[in-house]
Amino acid sequence: MIGELGHFALALAFAFSALLAIIPLVGVARGHGGQMALARPLTYGMFVFTLISFIALVWGFLANDFSIAYVANNSNTALPAIYRFTAVWGSHEGSFLLWMLVQASWAAALALFSNRLPLVFAARVLAVMGMIGVGFYLFMLLTSNPFERTIPLIPVDGRDLNPLLQDPGMIIHPPLLYMGYVGFSVAFAFAIAALLGGRLDSAWARWSRPWTIAAWVFLTLGIMVGSWWAYYELGWGGWWFWDPVENASFMPWLAGTALMHSLAVTEKRGTFKSWTVLLAIAAFSLSLLGTFLVRSGVLVSVHAFAADPTRGMFLLSFLGVVIAGSLLLYAIRAAKVQSHSRYDLFSREVLLLGNNVVLVTATVVVMIGTLLPLFFQQLGLGNISIGEPFFDEMFFWMTIPFALILGLGPLTRWRRQDFSEIRNSLALAFVLAVALGFALPWIFADVVHGLAAIGLILALWVVFTTVAELRMRVASREQKWPALVKLGRSHWGMVLGHLGFAVMVIGIAMVQNYEIERTVRMGPGDTFEQSGYVFTFDEMYEWEGPNFISDTATFSVTRTDGSRVGIIKSEKRFYVVTRQIQTQTGLQVNAFRDLYIALGEELDDGSWAVRIHIKPFVRWIWAGSILMAIGGIFSMTDKRYRLRRRLKAERKREHDAEIANEKEARV
Amino acid sequence: MNPRRKKRFIMTSGIIGGVAIATALVLYALSQNIDLFYTPTEIINGKGAEQVRPEVGQRIRVGGLVVPGSVRREGSGLTVSFNLIDTGPAEVIVDYEGILPDLFREGQGIVAQGILIAPNRLQASEVLARHDEEYMPPGLAEALKGVEHVPPSQWDDSQYRSNDNGADDKSENESGGGYYDR
Repeated sequence: MIGELGHFALALAFAFSALLAIIPLVGVARGHGGQMALARPLTYGMFVFTLISFIALVWGFLANDFSIAYVANNSNTALPAIYRFTAVWGSHEGSFLLWMLVQASWAAALALFSNRLPLVFAARVLAVMGMIGVGFYLFMLLTSNPFERTIPLIPVDGRDLNPLLQDPGMIIHPPLLYMGYVGFSVAFAFAIAALLGGRLDSAWARWSRPWTIAAWVFLTLGIMVGSWWAYYELGWGGWWFWDPVENASFMPWLAGTALMHSLAVTEKRGTFKSWTVLLAIAAFSLSLLGTFLVRSGVLVSVHAFAADPTRGMFLLSFLGVVIAGSLLLYAIRAAKVQSHSRYDLFSREVLLLGNNVVLVTATVVVMIGTLLPLFFQQLGLGNISIGEPFFDEMFFWMTIPFALILGLGPLTRWRRQDFSEIRNSLALAFVLAVALGFALPWIFADVVHGLAAIGLILALWVVFTTVAELRMRVASREQKWPALVKLGRSHWGMVLGHLGFAVMVIGIAMVQNYEIERTVRMGPGDTFEQSGYVFTFDEMYEWEGPNFISDTATFSVTRTDGSRVGIIKSEKRFYVVTRQIQTQTGLQVNAFRDLYIALGEELDDGSWAVRIHIKPFVRWIWAGSILMAIGGIFSMTDKRYRLRRRLKAERKREHDAEIANEKEARV
Repeated sequence: MNPRRKKRFIMTSGIIGGVAIATALVLYALSQNIDLFYTPTEIINGKGAEQVRPEVGQRIRVGGLVVPGSVRREGSGLTVSFNLIDTGPAEVIVDYEGILPDLFREGQGIVAQGILIAPNRLQASEVLARHDEEYMPPGLAEALKGVEHVPPSQWDDSQYRSNDNGADDKSENESGGGYYDR
């Protein structure tokens, strides 16, 4: 019953999205204010029914309703309650329902804040959200209904959730990632609405900017959590694998980062307009491309028979419609757009253009690496694989100009910058960066790896130019500290975002060049010494979890001088229902290094193959991402976005009061 | 040239130059890093109409089923070797030093990446098995079309406690992506 209710609610949500896609636009065409104003309640309706549908599926999981096929396939009575809840997005159908809920939430949030926008524009934006909804709801109802029943052959117990997904990281990773993915649909809706209206101005950029940054923040955090999860859960010791699924989330992130910076130019200077629109279209299209890659089964073609091939076809057609439709609209409207702002060769505009060129190149590189093997296969040219070395090499070369430009950008003025004015700060930053870039690895590890030094130099260059920029902003002020605070959140957002990038580059440079990985054969009582640490295999014991049996090894770690570092527990779990073996890695961490132990297989004589990693600065990669996200939060909560809202609200209150007065007068 | 045109010219040529450099880099990196996929039969008998065999020293990927009973460890070290087979009778020996993935089992389809050290021997740097017991490497599934494939769950894996609960279920579980285990 609850299942059918969920299904029915989903159908109703689809109906609301269809109405939302049509009525407000009809209202705009006719100049009918009432029809335009309908956009908001229709959006709320879409959201409420999607929420009901989602709750129905959650209920199915919590109540162990194995008559719902999706629940039976992804849950089990022995599964702990928290994982029964997260199992809702453990597989295709449910995760798409979550995706829809996120999409509807963005639309509802947009509707909630739409009183800041002119009625016509708000109607258009929400209508575009409705159109996107139509495609997604149809996909869900036609090809991936999560409420399908197993009646009359109801299984006694479920097949259990994939053990890899029974982890805290999985609780937050998909929701965050989807908030980011789908969030770009808002930027897309703003761009399309602006194109429909034929007005691309800085007002549009200002409205769109906080939404774009919000989506970007979520995507950043989502990717970060995913990387962190893969690091400790998969047991390979890596933090990024250039796996097609990862690339699918990385492409919209790169395009989104470019969009964020391009929007800044459009807002502040009123130029780059058509480019910004194109980026907004690209960011969302890449989100869709990612969805297609992940959900159609093309990536692992063996799945083609298990997965319904109509899914892939549907998503591909939807992607085609979105891209073709928006580019057509762009072709018709963008020609009219003119930018009349002038800027010199050495100006912030040009440097931001450079940022965009590098980011777009990076997006294309990732796309080539991800799609080329697929094309080869589809064209019958054989099976090829493009692995980490390709991406590593390309990203190394692209980071160099990117970081150099990043350091210059904030120091440079809009329109025109006299080079001699900032020459001294730049020279100082450069000298410091080079000196410390070589000195730090030398202090840290005695051996200086060229690549690590380059990475550090780039990161420190960004840090020092950022500091120089802050100093420059307050140079003329008497009181330095209050002036720094007064710079505004948007400015601090930029500073934090750039510092976050630097922190991440430091982490990557160190871990890629100074990481130590040793595979050793160890039994209880054995010790292994590496880089000043002594690992002792203490004991091996077995225990039973709710749905698994675990072999746990305890290692005590000391330094060579005998001082204690800590105890690391590393496990090998056997999940009884799915009959899968799962490695649980053991970690001992501090800010500067991770000690990481993964158990391999048991060997004949009772000893185990053990993999020990020492990973310097690996936490900095995630710390940098978090810093970037915090920067994003600062930017989007800047006064100039909030102030407008308050003014609008006041104006509206006055307006309402006027109307009320008029009415009273009439009475 | 007026200054505006000149500026535009410099910017355009800058972008074109950048794109050219990027393209050259991409092509170079690609030519270095594309690994071809072979099945054991293709390694022994050659691939395609021209019967192209990979050269010794070439970096390739091999996909096949692990021949039951062929997994052996050498002495006290961690080196392991096993044979890979597809439609037979050709077999390729894979040497690997390190930890095999959780899902590595005899009879399971796996992909090994490494350097060919003899016409039928691969020194693997990486062994991948998919998180799905029905998994077969993409290229292999094609080669095996029409050949009956026994799901790994029907083999006896006495290494771990046997529990037949739902063992015959075919796993259709898609965890939303192609995570490999290595």
